[in-house]
Amino acid sequence: MSPQSLMLLAVAAPVLGALGVVAAQRHPNLREALSFAAAGIALACVLALAPSVLSGGRPEVVLLEILPGAALAFRLEPLGMLFALVAAVLWPVSTLYSIGYMRGNDELHQPRFFACFALAIACTLGLAFAANLLTLFLFYELLTLITYPLVTHHQDEEARHAGRVYLGYLMGTSLTLMLIAIVATWAVAGTVEFTPGGILGGEISNAAVGGLLALFVFGIGKAAVMPMHRWLPAAMVAPTPVSALLHAVAVVKAGVFSVVKVIVYIFGVDRIAGLTSVDWLPFVAGFTIIAASVVALRADNLKRRLAYSTISQLSYVVLAAALLTPLSVIGAALHIVTHAIGKITLFFAAGAIYTAAHKTQVSELDGIARRMPWTMGAFTVGALSLIGIPPAAGFFSKWYIMLGAAQGGHWAALTVLGLSTLLNAAYFLPIIYAAYFRAPADAAHPHGEAPWPMLAAMAVTTTLVLAFFCAADVLLGFAQQIAGGAAG
Amino acid sequence: MILDHLPALQVVVPLMAAPLIVLLRSGRAGWLIATLVSWFALAVAVMLFMRVQSVGVISYAIGNWPPPWGIEYRVDALNAFVLVLVSLIASVVLPYARTSIAAEVPADRHYLLYSMFVLCLCGLLGMAITGDVFNIFVFLEISSLSGYVLIGLGRDRRALHSAFQYLIMGTIGATFYIIGVGLLYLMTGTLNLADMTVRLAAVEETRPVRAALAFITVGLSLKIALFPLHVWLPGAYAGAPSAVVAFMAGTATKVSVYVMLRFVFGIFGVRLVLPDLHLLDMLMIFSAAAMITASLTALFQKDLKRLLAYSSVAQIGYITLGLSLANNDGVTASVAHLFNHGITKAALFMLVGGIVLRVGTCQVDALAGLARRMPVTCFGIVIAGLSLVGVPGTAGFITKWHLVLAALQDGQWWVVAVVGASSLLAAAYVWRFVEVAYMQPAPADAVTRSEAPLQMLVPACAMVAACIYFGFETSFSLGGARDAAAVLLGGLR
Repeated sequence: MSPQSLMLLAVAAPVLGALGVVAAQRHPNLREALSFAAAGIALACVLALAPSVLSGGRPEVVLLEILPGAALAFRLEPLGMLFALVAAVLWPVSTLYSIGYMRGNDELHQPRFFACFALAIACTLGLAFAANLLTLFLFYELLTLITYPLVTHHQDEEARHAGRVYLGYLMGTSLTLMLIAIVATWAVAGTVEFTPGGILGGEISNAAVGGLLALFVFGIGKAAVMPMHRWLPAAMVAPTPVSALLHAVAVVKAGVFSVVKVIVYIFGVDRIAGLTSVDWLPFVAGFTIIAASVVALRADNLKRRLAYSTISQLSYVVLAAALLTPLSVIGAALHIVTHAIGKITLFFAAGAIYTAAHKTQVSELDGIARRMPWTMGAFTVGALSLIGIPPAAGFFSKWYIMLGAAQGGHWAALTVLGLSTLLNAAYFLPIIYAAYFRAPADAAHPHGEAPWPMLAAMAVTTTLVLAFFCAADVLLGFAQQIAGGAAG
Repeated sequence: MILDHLPALQVVVPLMAAPLIVLLRSGRAGWLIATLVSWFALAVAVMLFMRVQSVGVISYAIGNWPPPWGIEYRVDALNAFVLVLVSLIASVVLPYARTSIAAEVPADRHYLLYSMFVLCLCGLLGMAITGDVFNIFVFLEISSLSGYVLIGLGRDRRALHSAFQYLIMGTIGATFYIIGVGLLYLMTGTLNLADMTVRLAAVEETRPVRAALAFITVGLSLKIALFPLHVWLPGAYAGAPSAVVAFMAGTATKVSVYVMLRFVFGIFGVRLVLPDLHLLDMLMIFSAAAMITASLTALFQKDLKRLLAYSSVAQIGYITLGLSLANNDGVTASVAHLFNHGITKAALFMLVGGIVLRVGTCQVDALAGLARRMPVTCFGIVIAGLSLVGVPGTAGFITKWHLVLAALQDGQWWVVAVVGASSLLAAAYVWRFVEVAYMQPAPADAVTRSEAPLQMLVPACAMVAACIYFGFETSFSLGGARDAAAVLLGGLR
């Protein structure tokens, strides 16, 4: 098949899968089989696209001319390819996990859950393939809307409140700031196409670049740069598979992906590198990294701690992109991948603990590793990756971000990264220590490991975390092309 | 050739159908005739639209009296667009109307309702097509008087009160308009739009002309329901039969906006309007006020129809805001929003009509758990609601994009902020419905599943589909609006 039809099929497969899930809603096994089939097709398409992109191909599909000069169109480039790979690889794994979780916890409304889940992946892939800001914006908003039923899955007062915060922050920022930023880009440059080297640099003044960048960074609420981060902890009321794939991978990565994409392909790294008006961004990102880590340190709810850790790690990507050096851009792209696989492992473990032991608080986890050795093993590897310790994948991305900071002489950024590493260790290691070395508090509640689909999913992501440490050059190939595009 | 008489047929056929329906005295025949007439009107409007695109302006002299002495029907890119909008909405609402009207209006008045419906359609089409300012007044009165009757036919006794309020306000508006036209006739000696535009140049700095501008603007603002002259609208929309609201919300105020566009850009032109009278500045401020205050008011309404009515006032603010920005993208947004908001609001009111039929009320509190009972209707309201908000992929987004673009080009950052705030408020009032319908548990005695009848659901869903379709395929809505903006702004230079 041609790359064009592969792209279309990759986006269409989850949509068809969602329709199949709704049609087969009374037959759980068939329904789940359809989810897997759709996930398999999407994964096969995305994998088949990778070699051509790696060898320099930029397949393009124009679907519809919505506004004169701004079409609904896909064009695949290395950054989008990386993001699509992450989403497509982790979707089948999460589906496996979700089946264990949803059945293990007897959740209601499972057809709706799996259908929305698949549609969210379709939006994510559409966003990853977007050829211009208009297409990106379309899928960005659709992703917000389609994940709303997942966040409010339990339909109680807490879920309703969380849903309001979720939509309020995400749509509040995108419908105002992001839309204005996109229209302003259009007004200035006359186009919104993602172009290597950027479309804006020479067109507008120093101050205007700074203002526009602020509109983009704060308008893309999914990147959770403070103070636009509150929706992410709120979204944790969702079932854990949602938190794992969507609020650690697809949705939040859609945010930082958009930020990186805008900086690299709209502003152009080299064109804004010297401008004084963009100097504030590393500091805002740095502040978010530290502040979110401090909040995570104090959070007793495990998912809340992971959520703040995500906020902090997302700003790694923003910081890396904002440093505007080739090496840091590579780091940003790599970190999208490595954080995704590390964090999804951690969320998988948190969901496994909830399903098997019904525990949600960090303080309840004393000695749990004796009963759930596999789960805690996966948790440990995920945590090491986030801290950035070899032999986990997170080491690599952090390495490149730090190299980039050093290359650009950003000593403040280096300090932030060092401090943040200590904080990461401070909020993850006590959990691991307590789980392995403390005596269990209540012997009265016997439980074993989580259901096997959840363990299998964790095994896959844990393997990926370790494998990417050994095979990082695969990712590096894509990331260097992005930096090359940024330089050219 | 019959094709040469299309402009006349556009108006004459509905006009003749109205007395015919009265003579037949049958609700069923009345509905059938009205539906066929609306489809005929749509066919004529589409043909006119295509002819204008291929051959340019069509001028038709009624009774072969040459303009400017006789009445001229003059179709250009702008009013061809409006004709399509009005007849399109009528031809979707009328198939829907039969079941809805049967439930809401006593059977012995059905034929009167359909007669008034086609008369109202005739009036609106006439206002749009004619090139004669007095003729506009005549058709304005035809559409208004039939509109008062249509609203008064609502089953609620408050409908009479609303109709009376609308009658008073509407009559004041029409009177102001005709006073303005009288003053213009005094100064120019002509009633033909095109002729008046030419002759006005010599006398535009005089007091009567300025007074005429003031009278006409205020009179039309009343008919448009531009804030703060909107007080008649929520009552009228809440009290009228659902099918009537769906039609009028999509068309009546829109045609008045069209007349205002003609006067502001066509007759008075930018020379008089822009520099010293600050008309556009005032319009801009009132539009912004409408977008914020009416959206806020909508947020606190207990009745879904009133909520949508206040939302209409806010959305009319979008339309007049685009007009007041007076640049290419602003006027394009304004004209496109006539269409985009027309189909969106028609869809919403049609779906709400289904709720009224099944639940018996549209008080928001009574709709808890409605999504399980009427899933298609509720989902349709969500989609059309997203179009109100202006989410990408819907018709509303296309307008908002151009509105923001126009404001940015004009350097009016506060207008950009107002548009943003207003769309957030829209999201908030749409989400009020979502939370009630989807998240609250249904009362224990609720019926399990009772969707609106198909005769109502299918046209309503077609309208919802149009909200999505015109969010992607914009060659008609946006292309038509661009051509219309070119006509209007071309008159300025």
